[in-house]
Amino acid sequence: MDCKQTRNYLHGHLDRELDPVTAAGIEAHLRTCAACAQAYAVQTSLQTAIKKQAEYYTAPDALAARIRATANATSAPVRKKSAPRWQWFPLVAAVAATAVITWTTAIQLGTGSRDERIAEQVIAGHARSVLTNHLAEVASSDQHAVKPWLSSKFDFSPPVTDLTTAGFPLVGARLDYVDSRPVAALVYRHRQHVINLFVWPDANAGTVASMRPSSKQGYNLLHWGDAGMTFWAISDLSPADIKTFADTYASAK
Amino acid sequence: MAHLDAAYNLARWLAHDEHDAEDVVQEACLRAYRFFASFHGGNARAWLLAIVRNTYYTWLEKNHAQTLNVEFTDDTVAAVDYDMATTGDSVERLLQEEDTRRLVHRALERIPAEFREVIVLRELEDLSYRDIARIADIPLGTVMSRLSRARKLMLHALKKLDQES
Repeated sequence: MDCKQTRNYLHGHLDRELDPVTAAGIEAHLRTCAACAQAYAVQTSLQTAIKKQAEYYTAPDALAARIRATANATSAPVRKKSAPRWQWFPLVAAVAATAVITWTTAIQLGTGSRDERIAEQVIAGHARSVLTNHLAEVASSDQHAVKPWLSSKFDFSPPVTDLTTAGFPLVGARLDYVDSRPVAALVYRHRQHVINLFVWPDANAGTVASMRPSSKQGYNLLHWGDAGMTFWAISDLSPADIKTFADTYASAK
Repeated sequence: MAHLDAAYNLARWLAHDEHDAEDVVQEACLRAYRFFASFHGGNARAWLLAIVRNTYYTWLEKNHAQTLNVEFTDDTVAAVDYDMATTGDSVERLLQEEDTRRLVHRALERIPAEFREVIVLRELEDLSYRDIARIADIPLGTVMSRLSRARKLMLHALKKLDQES
């Protein structure tokens, strides 16, 4: 890392948003460069001052009551004079309006399925790689360079095929961290879009036939298993494009 | 009501006024109730804050169209840059002082809304860049540079306020 790169990512570092490799590079630079260390110290002081001293306004007690009352009033016209079965509606509406805000805590703390937790981490890994442009540690479109690099890092060897002819050129690969273990991240491109394909061994991985699409926070994901390995493809491409990519990749090995 | 404080805090910092903030939050909660179906999982607080923010800007257009902030340009930030570079480390000394509460508060009130909101979301709500991108409706890649400028403007405002006092 030089001064320019460090300054570029200074705020990402301050906010703990960088991937571990970039963060370590910046840490190393800050230890040796007084000017950047000084700039970072100012930002740290500012952050601490705002967190500690900017007022966090808490909602007045009356506001919650007012919202409940409005929920009542808003739903009141729905009630027909002589339709007893609607009698309970305002109550339900009020409870629901409260619940909109309350139940969400349960979701946060909820026991989301394992796949959901992994999907969150896959999204985070993808977002980090795109944010810092730290896409690949071995940047090569040559599958014969990428594959040996992966084999030297892992005790498994995912299929690596350049898919340029199908419109998905190989960009390279890097090491990432998902589901509490180091995983391989293969990076492909489609037009201007980056595709991260996370791969790691999993005995219960499932099959190519059971590809599972999902979509979260503007990203489209596709998850499948093959030969004892689990695959997670993610991109901001359309679900159809991701599917094309996955099909091409799975049939090319 | 969980997240009601978060909703109110954002509205209050955006609107500068407690009564306006209450109106905005009330309207936002009703919208949240109505658009409940649009919640697709993820961070519920971020989802609600996105609605609060949208509600605020709609409310602002209706009520105070003439006071809309002129968008900050790169030139403004560049001028701040220049000014910061020529006046040394007085801001850092300032930040070390114990009683900067009033200054920090006023500095945050003073910077334009598009920067104030990312500071509130990041420092007071402790939200991730991904959540901030969704709430402020900007690309993920823009969050870091928006925060970088916002902090620059905060330092600048702190220094000006210190000089004025």
